Parts: sequence; C-alpha cells; structure tokens
Amino acid sequence: MEDVKVGRRFFLKSTGSVVAAAGATVIPIQSAEAASTSAAVGSTSLPYPQKVIAIVKKMPINEAVGFSYPDSSSPCYAIRMGAPTPGGVGPNGDIVAYSSLCTHMGCPVQYESGTKTFKCSCHFSMFDAEMGGQMVCGQATENLPRIKLGYDAKTDSVHATGVDGLIYGRQSNIL
Amino acid sequence: MSTNINDRIALPPKDAQKSNMTCHFCIVGCGYNVYKWDANKEGGRPANQNALGLDFTRQVPPLGITMTKAMTNTITDKVGKRWNIMVIPDKECVVNSGLSSTRGGKMASYMYAHDGIGKDRLKSPRFYRGDQWFDTGWENAMALYAGLTKKILDNDGPSGLFFDCFDHGGAGGGFENTWGTGKLMFSALQTPMVRIHNRPAYNSECHATRDMGVGELNNSYEDAQLSDTIMCIGANPYETQSNYFLNHWVGNLNGSTVDKKKKRFPGEGAAAAKVIFVDPRRSASVAISEQVAGKENVLHLDIEPGSDTALFNTLFTYVVDQGWHDKAFIDKHTKGFSDAVKSNRMSLEDGSKATGISIAKLKQAADWAYKPKASGHRPRTFHAYEKGIIWGNDNYVIQSALVSLVLATQNVGRRGTGVCRLGGHQEGYTRPPYPGDKKIYIDQEIIKGKGLMYTLWGTNPFQTTLNAEQHRLALRKRARIVNDAIANAKGASTEQLIDVIYDACKNKGGLFVAAMNLYPTTISEDCHLMLPAAQPGEINLTSMNGERRLRLSEKFMDAPGSAKADCLIAAEIANELKRMYQRDGKAAMAKRFEGFEWKTEEDAFNDGFRRAGRPGVGPIDSQGGDTGYLATYALLRKAGNNGVQLPIKRVEGDKLIGTEIHYDDGKFDTKDGRAEFKSAPWNGLPKTVEAQKAKHKYWINGGRANEVWQTAYHDQYNSFVRDRIPMAFIEINPDDARQLGVTGGDVVEVFNDFGSTYAMAYPIKSIKPGQTFMLFGYIKGVHGDVVTDWVDRNVVPYYKGTWGSIKRVGSVDEYKATISFKDRRYA
Repeated sequence: MEDVKVGRRFFLKSTGSVVAAAGATVIPIQSAEAASTSAAVGSTSLPYPQKVIAIVKKMPINEAVGFSYPDSSSPCYAIRMGAPTPGGVGPNGDIVAYSSLCTHMGCPVQYESGTKTFKCSCHFSMFDAEMGGQMVCGQATENLPRIKLGYDAKTDSVHATGVDGLIYGRQSNIL
Repeated sequence: MSTNINDRIALPPKDAQKSNMTCHFCIVGCGYNVYKWDANKEGGRPANQNALGLDFTRQVPPLGITMTKAMTNTITDKVGKRWNIMVIPDKECVVNSGLSSTRGGKMASYMYAHDGIGKDRLKSPRFYRGDQWFDTGWENAMALYAGLTKKILDNDGPSGLFFDCFDHGGAGGGFENTWGTGKLMFSALQTPMVRIHNRPAYNSECHATRDMGVGELNNSYEDAQLSDTIMCIGANPYETQSNYFLNHWVGNLNGSTVDKKKKRFPGEGAAAAKVIFVDPRRSASVAISEQVAGKENVLHLDIEPGSDTALFNTLFTYVVDQGWHDKAFIDKHTKGFSDAVKSNRMSLEDGSKATGISIAKLKQAADWAYKPKASGHRPRTFHAYEKGIIWGNDNYVIQSALVSLVLATQNVGRRGTGVCRLGGHQEGYTRPPYPGDKKIYIDQEIIKGKGLMYTLWGTNPFQTTLNAEQHRLALRKRARIVNDAIANAKGASTEQLIDVIYDACKNKGGLFVAAMNLYPTTISEDCHLMLPAAQPGEINLTSMNGERRLRLSEKFMDAPGSAKADCLIAAEIANELKRMYQRDGKAAMAKRFEGFEWKTEEDAFNDGFRRAGRPGVGPIDSQGGDTGYLATYALLRKAGNNGVQLPIKRVEGDKLIGTEIHYDDGKFDTKDGRAEFKSAPWNGLPKTVEAQKAKHKYWINGGRANEVWQTAYHDQYNSFVRDRIPMAFIEINPDDARQLGVTGGDVVEVFNDFGSTYAMAYPIKSIKPGQTFMLFGYIKGVHGDVVTDWVDRNVVPYYKGTWGSIKRVGSVDEYKATISFKDRRYA
C-alpha cells in the first residue's frame, strides 16, 4: 500500500529514530484489521486494540520511535521526552505518542529533537510534542491525534490503548 | 455527533446536497463545497457509497483530502429537521486547488447549531434595559431604532447619526450588504458621520496608488507563479493569505513554475523566483520561504520600523542612477517622473542610515528586483504589500514612494508583475457616493461628546480601533448615561422611551449605541440594542477576492432564530422610517426611504451591483464597474467557485468572461490615462509617535496570527483556538524578557501615554531586542489601546507604529501548563 510506504520512509528519515525504526520497538499489531469500525455495545469507544509499542529501557531519549497503530497503515511516533511531560506515561511520566500524519492533509510529520516539535514539510504546520500535540502554527484545524498509552512496570513496556483525535484520511480511526 | 466523540465522523452519502461556498474569512476566498444530508444517514466507506468518491475502507493517501472534525457539524432547520453538513475545500477551484487554511477549515464548525461552537449567536433582537439584556421582537426593535433615528433626523439632522460600518466582502460584508447599508446611510439618512470597520473615518486604505492611476488589485494570483522576484512588503502571507502563498507563491519559489514561465515568456531567462521581504520582524513567511527557496534566494530587509519610504526612495534613486528604469514606458504612459526623481532622491548612504539596512543589501535588493536579466529582459517583479504599508508610517507617502518605484520599472500591467495590496477581508464594495466633502475623524468626535446615536454595524471598535482605550472609556461613559435614563423609565411606551433616550443623549451627554452582529461580542458591554445578523451559508452572498474574482456563496441552511442578512436589516430600518414619515404626511422624507422593497439578498444585489453605471441610474461606486449588470445570480451559480474576475468583459453563452490583469494596455485610471509619479520625500516618524519612542523602550508592533480570524468573534468559542491563545500574546526577545523578569505565560502590562493593556508574554529569539509583536484585535488584550491617535492626511492610522513600556503583572498557571511557547516560525 502506498500509504504504508510513505509512512515507513518517513520513520527512517525522522530525526534520530534510525535504531527504533529498524524494528526492535515496532511490534506487529495483532488483530486490528479484524476489528469492527463501530463502538461495541455498551461502549462509546471504538474497539481499539491494545498493543505493546516499546520497551522503555530501549527507548532513546528525545528521539522518535516509529510504530503503527491502530493498524499497519497508521504510522505513529512515540517519544521518551526525558522529563515529565503532561499526559506522559512510563516510570518518569515522560513517554508520549502521536499519529505522525498531519491532521491538515496527511503528510508525514517529522520530529525535530532540538525544538521537540513535529513539523510537516507540505504546508508547514508544527505541533508541540511536549504539549499534547498542540498546533504551534500552521494550517491544520486539529492538534495532532494523541495515542493513548499505558505502562506495564513488570515488563517495562509501553502499550497503546486508543487514539484521542481523528487520524488523517479516515472516516473512523478503526478501518 | 452530539457527544465528544472525536475519532470518527459521518461521510456524506452519494445523494447529499452539494453547493458552493467561498470562504468568508480572509481576502483569498478559497473555494469550498458544502455537503448536506439527513442527520440520520451517512455515506458508506467504499468509494461508490459516499459523495466524496473516496475509498475509506483503507487509509486515504497524503494530500488525498482535507477532512477533519472541524469541517463537520449537525444543524437543525426551521422546522426541526436535523442535517449533517461537511464543508471541505474544492479541488477544482483555481484559487486554492483543494487546500484549506486553518481559518476556512473551521467554517462548518462555525455554522449555527444550538449545542455547537456558535450556540451564543444572536437569534433575536435584544434590548438593554438599564442593567440587563432582554430578547425582543423585530417590530419592537424597529419601532425603537427607527423611532429614535427619526427623532434625531428631524431635530438635529443626519449629523447626529453616527455609524461604524463594514465596507468589505465575505462575512459581515459582501456586495449585497455594502449596498444595503450604504443606501441606507448615504442615500436615505444622508449622514456623513460614518467610519469603516477598521479605521476611524470614511476613507480608502489606498488613496495614493489610486491617485496615481493604479488600482490596488491589479493582477491575478497566477502572476505570483510567473514573477522573477516577489517583493513582499509589510505582509506575512503564510499566516494571513495562506493559500495564496501556498498555492501560488511556493510553486514559484521552489521552481515548479519555471516551465510555465518559459512557455509564457519565450526567450526570457526563467528560474525559480527570489523573494525579498520588507519587514522589521522575521515572520513565519520569511522562515518558510527560506525552507522552500533556500536562504540564498530570500532577502530579508528588516528595516527600522516606519522607514519604508526611505527604502523605496533609495531604491528608486539607485535604479534611475543605474539606468534600469524603463524610459520608453515612462515617456509614453506616465507623467511626473522628472519631478519625482528630484523630490524622492535619497542616496544609498542616507537610505542605509534611515532604514538600518546595509548598502550591500540595498544593492542586492535592487539587483534582484530591477536589474535587467541576463537575457536582456526587464525582470518581472511583483510588489505585494499589506498592513506594513496600509497601517504604516504615513500610508499616503509610503504608497507614493512605492508606486513611483514600480512605475519607473514598469512592474505593473505585465504578467508576472503587479503592485497590489494582499488584503485582509475579501472585497465587496457597492455604495452610493459618500455624502460628505471631507474625511471626519469619527473616533475623536465620539470622544469629544458629539453624536447622539452610534450604530456599530458588523464592527467592533472596542477591540480594533486606535487609541482604543480612550475611545472605549468615552463611549462607555456616554452609554451609561443612557442606561441610567432607560432604567428609570419604568413602564414607558416605546414613544416615551424614545423621548427619554433622546433627552439623555441630547441634553445629558449620552450616546445610544446599537449593534448589528452575529454575536453579542464585547460591544454588548456598552450597547443598548443588538440586531441579529446572518453569515454566508445562511444567506446568498457575493464578494470578490484579491484578484477581483467574484463568486456567489450559496445559502444552504437557515440563519438562527430571526437573524437576517445585513441588507435586509437595512431594508427593515428604511421601510419602517418610510412608514413613519408617511404617517406624518412628510412625503419628501418618505421618498428618501423608498427603494428598499427587497425580499432577498438577490434583490439587493440587483438593485446595487447590477444597476451601477446603467442608463438613468444615479452614481454608484461599485467594484463591479459599469458591467456589473452582466453578473446574475444564475450565471454566478454556473460559474461556481471559479466565478469571474472583475470587471466582466462580456457573456459568452452562459459563461462570464472577466479580466485577468489591469493596465496591460498601458492606460491607467487617470483622466488622460497616464500613470502619475508622486512626490514622496522621506518624512521620518510623526512627532506624536516619536514622542512615545523617546519615552518608552519597546516598539509594540501589532498584527495577525494564522489561527485567529479578525476579532475572534467565532474563534473565541472554539477550544482549538482559545486553548492556544487565551489572551493576546506578545512576542518579546528572551533577553528583554529576562530583564523584565518575565517567562512564557506570564501576564504583562503594556502601556504608554495613550493607554494600557495586558498581554501574555511569549519570549522568542526571532524577535529583536527592543521590539515586540502583539496579536491585534483580540478579545482579551487590545493592542489598539496603546496605539497613538496619529493619522495621516486621509485619517488613516499608523497602527503599526507605537512604542510602550512593559512590566510584569503576574502568572497564570493554566497558561504555563497548557500553552506551547515555541517559535511560530518554521525555522
């Protein structure tokens, strides 16, 4: 799929994410494709899969770690910011994750470690990784969708549990 | 969806209604399509099951669509039926080619829904009865408004009736509404006491260029694709004309249009464009241009604030000294060149001293913009300007200097050139001539206690005028005299109330304030009567963009409550006054209020825009010119989001044929057709401004931010904007911030001899020491409070030129915890 290729290409180009993108932290998703696109009875949430996306001790500080969620055609980045971050998880409360498709027109955003922002080279929207994906300036009408995370201390793993915000190019976050 | 579900939206089904919508916010006027369908239905995800024709069973590729939750809404019509709407950019529109800006992308959200962002819209007239607002009906509101108007007109004449009224296109404007309001103010009431939405008198923002025979919108957006060099003066198009910049400039800056240039101009050298920014501030547009074109192709002339005239005179002198001016063109099509060469002369040394720009950079700018190309051809340089000049240091003189430079090098009337304002709102001017012979500084009249009744029509001087605090305080004091009088008139009939209000205004210094608006806005703090207006989508409306492209935005939903188009509000007022004068047996006065028998916006369009210049019709100043009559609503519907560029030349079949650029025939808008050079010697800062500069440390520049449209009348209710900008930010150099003990998210007081306001500190390295940039016109923190009362010869303010002091007031923990204070510049 073309969209997947685009996503992976940008994983590799992302600042400092070479090791992560090589695969160690990208865990294949399990049954997301089979999930229903509607909320289950008794729930307003979509049936998001739970998926391990990284082992914390293997995560470099302030570098984007690529993964896909909730399915293989939705590229995302997780970042261990290095200091407690609003909404962050993990032992230091500093791990955050976002969809890496710009909410404006779906171009892959790139993580700039110097400013800790995501930047879209298509129409120059910028989003703050330290502030919930808030648009710093740009043409989007939505902040960057945030991947809801959980942390399992036993396995030192971070897992994705849902998405806050509509991923670009979808009617529903679950295809 | 009525809950806060934010991870899915409803798609339009294949049979959804589809209509055209021109974005009603900035000047660019991007084309959008509106889809509307039964709220109980949605389109399927396979491409053949939704109106967008896209396959949503899989991830849509990048650039495949722009479709966000902000582009959707669920509305309810007058009979209670609920509809889903989606408003997305039109890929077929030549203006934006499917791009959407952060402003236009929110149009659907800003349509009225009882539980939506627009839930605070005015739905019926409201009357302030001493200390509280009450809803009332149109009949009662008209009896009061027209009755008081009549009493003032009969006793004091039209000069007791003050207006602050829009004159533009898009929301709160449009050809229908400028005509409706203009006909009421100028033909019927005949008052000269009128100012315009963003300036304190009835004047133009482009007197000089027009006096020189060069209208300010003289090229097409396509010309920005064809230029060799773009000189962008006092403008930040990425944030304020976003899709013009992204869809037309960027392609030229990155070389994508080189082949197009070669085809258009055979034999001429063609390369990716260079761009020169004239702006004391490093703007988002400078940063992005460096990314797109490479730093080596971007020249930022970060001049001393207010020194534009010196810059243009220096370049003019240098160009002439080099012999790069176009002698044949000057001889054949212009006048006054020799005098301008003498009066505008400025050496490189003097120019460098005045502007703070090195001689090397001045020469480089001249080389890029005016030196003949290697192919021997004269470069095609597009001069684009906006508020740095419009609201600059002596608007008339700067424009005179700039356009003289442009004429000397024939950078107007050729493809790839132009000397154009970039614009704020869309345009949409059709009015009877202004009934006065001089420009009246209305704000000062209000402060001096003049006027009895003040109607604020789609405007908000509280947030946008100059010397705003003094104006607001004076108006508040006078409005409250009327409040007290109304509060004491217990049980009064409308006639008695009118007498009470009139007495408070006439004899006690009061001022009755009425407002037509979408929302209560901050005006409601000191206002007595509010009338609910409608916006595009709820009404049919025509406007033209910065390349004079006329489009019809089609009505697709009902306005909330009894809100009406401004032209129909004007008609209500006129018809009520006509009836009142008829009852009094005053036939001559009744006759002045005839001609408002409009049922629809189209009636107003046909009465104004389409009658201009027709035989037997009195004078009408119209941007449609005397061929406006060719544009019917039916033809404009067929023309869709591409519309037609004014003036219309002819109709071929059912197609309107327009005008791409002006002056390609060498005939300018003067009596003899020759463009006129103007004397514009460098005149320094005005004394009023100089005095503030001498006393206060910081230049308090003011301007727009991408996300915020105008006074934030919609945006203030949208958490996407309000969470980011809860109060006006002021960008400040980090070293200055340290000296002031200020960090991002602190609240500071900005003050000078004219006023004081608060702002949210936003320390940024891109800002030079001693300079600041404050968001203009916002709901909290009014930049205009510290703008001096100085105006140029045409009562055009110098909003950009004020100096103030700054001190820390305190911190707001919420701001620090939730707002990004990173640089808004891409790099």
